[in-house]
Amino acid sequence: MALLEVRDLTVVFQRRGEEPFRAVDGVSFDVEPGQTVGLVGESGCGKSVTSLAIMGLLPKRGATVTGTVTYDGTDLLKLSDKQMRDKRGSELGMVFQDPLSSLNPVIPIGIQVTEVLERHRGLARKEAMIEAKNLLDKVGIPDPNRRLKEYPHQLSGGMRQRALIAIALACRPKLLIADEPTTALDVTIQAQILSLMKELVQDLGTALVMITHDLGVVAGLCDEVNVLYGGKVVEKANRHPLFAEPRHPYTHGLLSSIPRLDAAPGEKLTPIKGSVADNIPWAQGCAFAPRCPNALDVCVQVTPAEEDQLGRLLRCHNPVVPGTPAAEEVPV
Amino acid sequence: MALGVSKKEKIDDLAETAGVSLAASAWKRLKRSPVFIIGAVIIGIFIVVSLLSPWLAPHDPSDKMLIDQVVKARNEIPPAQPGHPLGGDLQGRDFFSRLLVGSQQTLIVGVGATLIGLTGGLILGTLAGAIGGWVDSMVMRLVDVMLSLPSLLLAFSIAAMFARPSQFTVILAVAIVQIPVFARLLRGSMLAQRHSDHVLAATALGVKKGAIVFRHMLPNSLSPVIVQSTLVLATAIIEAAALSFLGLGNPDDRIPEWGQMLGDVQNVFDTHPHLAAWPAVCIIIVALGFTLMGETLREALDPKNRR
Ligand SMILES: Nc1ncnc2c1ncn2[C@@H]1O[C@H](COP(=O)(O)OP(=O)(O)OP(=O)(O)O)[C@@H](O)[C@H]1O
Ligand code: SF4
Ligand SMILES: [Mg+2]
Repeated sequence: MALLEVRDLTVVFQRRGEEPFRAVDGVSFDVEPGQTVGLVGESGCGKSVTSLAIMGLLPKRGATVTGTVTYDGTDLLKLSDKQMRDKRGSELGMVFQDPLSSLNPVIPIGIQVTEVLERHRGLARKEAMIEAKNLLDKVGIPDPNRRLKEYPHQLSGGMRQRALIAIALACRPKLLIADEPTTALDVTIQAQILSLMKELVQDLGTALVMITHDLGVVAGLCDEVNVLYGGKVVEKANRHPLFAEPRHPYTHGLLSSIPRLDAAPGEKLTPIKGSVADNIPWAQGCAFAPRCPNALDVCVQVTPAEEDQLGRLLRCHNPVVPGTPAAEEVPV
Repeated sequence: MALGVSKKEKIDDLAETAGVSLAASAWKRLKRSPVFIIGAVIIGIFIVVSLLSPWLAPHDPSDKMLIDQVVKARNEIPPAQPGHPLGGDLQGRDFFSRLLVGSQQTLIVGVGATLIGLTGGLILGTLAGAIGGWVDSMVMRLVDVMLSLPSLLLAFSIAAMFARPSQFTVILAVAIVQIPVFARLLRGSMLAQRHSDHVLAATALGVKKGAIVFRHMLPNSLSPVIVQSTLVLATAIIEAAALSFLGLGNPDDRIPEWGQMLGDVQNVFDTHPHLAAWPAVCIIIVALGFTLMGETLREALDPKNRR
């Protein structure tokens, strides 16, 4: 059985005086122990909301979460606040996007590392400090004894994210959710942080849910990839087939819009036209239809169902035929 | 070698900008602000004088040593004379000594009222900001009602409720008026903290509610409250003086207090204006000192102004 089974996860935000908004719409995926699963998609497609829903961190009022999130045999959505608090930080770890704002500015790094060790592993402050030093060492922070006494703003961005990773992994959670852990960092630091995460999850056997809008991150890290569009998984496949043969027009578009090292000279990058603002509601058809080069008449009339196509899940009426080159941008 | 030196200086400089904590970086800016320094000097002198006043005062402030120079019928009081630079008051006590010792009571009233108001405000604001829901609604309704009344009127009403006015009832009346100010301020910044990234991150680590409130939300919500405390010190001193002036102060005038000194001379103000002017000016200068410090502190602690 998978370590984490997310089934039909749906999050509806209800704001006073506004239409209910389905930020996550029936998302399902599994994470096996030690596996790395990617959630990929543009800004606003519901990646963060999915992760917050799994962690039970959405506001109680205003957000309705349905479906099941089964972790190690228990449905996290049914746990009490207290039970969930005991799981967070010990069995479920999370790393956020902005390392500076995710750290408490008025507390030294050391206390922020020991806090979670004291909370979940019952260590005394002294033992916890020793462990904290080892942890900082492990995530590659030089001179850990000094860093433990420093405040977040005294560390560089990369070091802060290393510290946050150390904190998230302090209690050796079985599952780590990383929500765009490198987006706020410089490109060179991004690569370092990613290889650090890869190394750590391999060492510790931690399962990782990697949330990103950057397919480059997915390419280097993930075993399986879920491509999200408008709150729904539109394509789910293992990394290799997905990159070699993207079938969903959205995935295809995403891949065509990133620079590739193996691109033929002169090959153009083709960004996906339009933006998520053009979406139509899933209830009326395919949300991607207004931006889709493959769109057919049926696409704005019938919601595409999820179909299993040779081990890959696709939600599309007219998938890309394998071997199709990147679509030319249609002149408007 | 010159090159080497300047390089080392540069590195030191870098280490310095990188190696400062929040409070230290605020302090660095404050040190360079002339306005803050003026305020700090005023308050520094005020505190030193009030602490040392029993020894600095040339005479016992309750000793009616010049009583034979007071002629009630002709409204005469002891004039300035050797040993009594400001003369005597209506009861023949050395006015200069009373002014010096008066600073002590004024400091006690200001600090006492601010501390009590701050404590009350911290408790209410933390409850409202941390628990939210109906606790928040109730606290905020109470705060709104209190803030809808003019503060002096409210202080006056509270002071008037006590059968026997004393120094303590003055402090309490002034303090209670400040509670809603602190409570609302703290609640506002606690709410902002509740939705902050680092509180979400701490929650995602399973940190317990108490620790979230007291370690992650409260310490990050305090800077506006600290600023307000400095400003309230000024308000408290003025309001306490106003209560004394209106006859709701400490009736025991053996130990002088500036507000009370001001109140005592209401009837002779036209003939002996200096008896009112001295304590009034002292109150204004001290209130100004606290205000200057508070305003510059507000700027220095404002995260928008950092670096
Ligand atoms: N608390 C909330 N209340 C109402 N709507 C929300 C809330 N949180 C998120 N949303 C909405 O849900 C949608 C999905 O947001 P989400 O943060 O999951 O996007 P994302 O995929 O993580 O994007 P990004 O790459 O920008 O982080 C957005 O349209 C957002 O406006
Ligand atoms: S269903 Fe139609 S519109 Fe949607 S992605 Fe497939 S082809 Fe494009
Ligand atoms: Mg996000």
